[in-house]
Amino acid sequence: MTTHISVKGLSKSYGRFEAVRNVSFDIGKGRLIGLLGPSGGGKTTILRMLAGLETPDAGDIYFHNKRVNDLPPQKRGIGFVFQNYALFRHMTVFDNVAFGLKVQKKKKAEIRERVLHLLKLTGLAGLESRYPQQLSGGQRQRVAFARALAPEPELLLLDEPFAAIDAKVRKELRTWLKEMINRLGITTIFVTHDQEEAVEVADEIMIIHQGRLEQKGTPYEIYKNPQTPFVVGFIGESNTLDDIAHLKGFHDDHADTKAMIRPEFIEIGFEDEIVHRSAAERGVVRNVYFRGANWQIEVEVGPYRLSAYRPLERRTLNPGDEVLVLIHRMYLVNGEQISVAENVLKREALAIHI
Amino acid sequence: MAGSVTANYVSATAAARTGPLAEPAWVRRTLIAVAVIFLALLLILPLVTVFYYAFKEGVRVYFAALSEPDALSAVRLTLLTAAIVVPANTLFGIAAAWAITKFRFPGKNVLTTLIDLPFAISPVIAGLIFILVFGARGWFGPWLTEHDIKIVFAVPGIVLATAFVTFPFVARELIPLMQAQGTQEEEAATTLGARGWTIFWRIVLPNIKWGLLYGIILCNARAMGEFGAVSVVSGHIRGVTNTIPLHVQIVYNEYKFAAAFAVASLLMLLAFATLAVKSFVEWKYARGLAMKESGESI
Repeated sequence: MTTHISVKGLSKSYGRFEAVRNVSFDIGKGRLIGLLGPSGGGKTTILRMLAGLETPDAGDIYFHNKRVNDLPPQKRGIGFVFQNYALFRHMTVFDNVAFGLKVQKKKKAEIRERVLHLLKLTGLAGLESRYPQQLSGGQRQRVAFARALAPEPELLLLDEPFAAIDAKVRKELRTWLKEMINRLGITTIFVTHDQEEAVEVADEIMIIHQGRLEQKGTPYEIYKNPQTPFVVGFIGESNTLDDIAHLKGFHDDHADTKAMIRPEFIEIGFEDEIVHRSAAERGVVRNVYFRGANWQIEVEVGPYRLSAYRPLERRTLNPGDEVLVLIHRMYLVNGEQISVAENVLKREALAIHI
Repeated sequence: MAGSVTANYVSATAAARTGPLAEPAWVRRTLIAVAVIFLALLLILPLVTVFYYAFKEGVRVYFAALSEPDALSAVRLTLLTAAIVVPANTLFGIAAAWAITKFRFPGKNVLTTLIDLPFAISPVIAGLIFILVFGARGWFGPWLTEHDIKIVFAVPGIVLATAFVTFPFVARELIPLMQAQGTQEEEAATTLGARGWTIFWRIVLPNIKWGLLYGIILCNARAMGEFGAVSVVSGHIRGVTNTIPLHVQIVYNEYKFAAAFAVASLLMLLAFATLAVKSFVEWKYARGLAMKESGESI
């Protein structure tokens, strides 16, 4: 896979506010990348610098090994979909999509053919003479998408493409967008603050927090091997413990260490349900919430309060029930580093059984 | 449907207040009566008076007053002034609105405030400023005399004074409009490969055209009707430096009431024409929106 985009030491400040701090990454051709992070973290600024709409204070941007820092947006070969779509409201759908082609002074027949092709591709056929005000949110989004694609960009940049769309349509559009981009094979970067969206759509996720790139990898890698406390906390859910001195199976080497435990690392059940009884802690159920596909259980274990899930087909727990709580593994936090610790008693218990 | 209507200069039809919001009948009647009496006294009565006196001595006197050489010269000068001032201020207004809404630069707030200056200053003072700057004893007076350039008490002075007074109309109309519209559409055009002029003609201008037209209409009406500032710099040379309002005053002071009101009626007609064009622009604008918003059947 050839590298399409290469960014080295990118920084940008607005006054005293450092929006982007020393960010470097490479993106392969044809990849679909999600820039994920909380609002105000610098994702959009990175995207706008790639587009040439903002000038970096420091650092270099390369497209196909050519430095593009000094290239204006018009010459970067990009398509940009804005958060609010920024459709030309005095133009029809057709004219919106045709704009980039007219600027290129393409022949009329050619423009017409390409626009109609794109409208068909985006499921907007028949709407070409409507104005943006007459379209639904999802339709506007697709017009913005078709308009950005019309001049055949090599790189597609999407700023919070689904933020302004209601939940149900959003899901459909996500699937649609992923299929569409895979089919076109165009390198795409989209910004989102919604982890579910990033995990579902992106080939690779870059987690951006306070202007820094925290981690880059496939959604699975990031979920499985988070490298910073922020990533653990942001991707998936987690229980944060200030020290783990009182937990069986973990306290040996890391008494004072902070730890983060995902709910799915915790098994809660009655005595007869837990296999590794000796590795489990005793606890008392404090709260039980129905979550549709499962139960969310809040359980008190010594000084800790942990949250975990329990399948619906198991016996129903009630607040006050005494249960066993088995913690399979946890993330240990050493400053900015993360390491995984497995429950050692689990292994020993197994060895005895054999 | 929630179209983004950013311009609010379209006179919206207010929803009738019904149910618990409705005031008692006597409040409503009193309010309406006060408004109607006020309008009649201050607007309609003077209007009727102008035409009454204009035609009091017959249609012949009316047209004689209008076709008199001095009157014709006043009309010509007024048209000339407007023809210079309105385009100049339109260009300035667009440039100023553009600078204020699209760029960040030091002194932006000062510029925004300065644009309003002509509204804040009495027109007579505005006229005096030009006398003090360009008059015989003004700063540039000696230099101008030396080079035989006449500004004050001549056509250039009238144009300058009028330009000063009508300076803010277009900019004032455009600034809120352009602020509301932001720069996103232009950024979108940029990423699609468009540059400066293309963006201006294809994206910015279509978005501001009705606001711009509205500003131009107001600017024109004021340019033709301005009295105070022009009166100071004109010197009242008959047939040379008199605009319509000045001519009306001179004729009136000579007790030729019918003639004065006849010429005044020209300005009245201009006012009507302005209102008509303004209503047309608003109607066009509202219809454009309505057309874009309805039409689900296209």
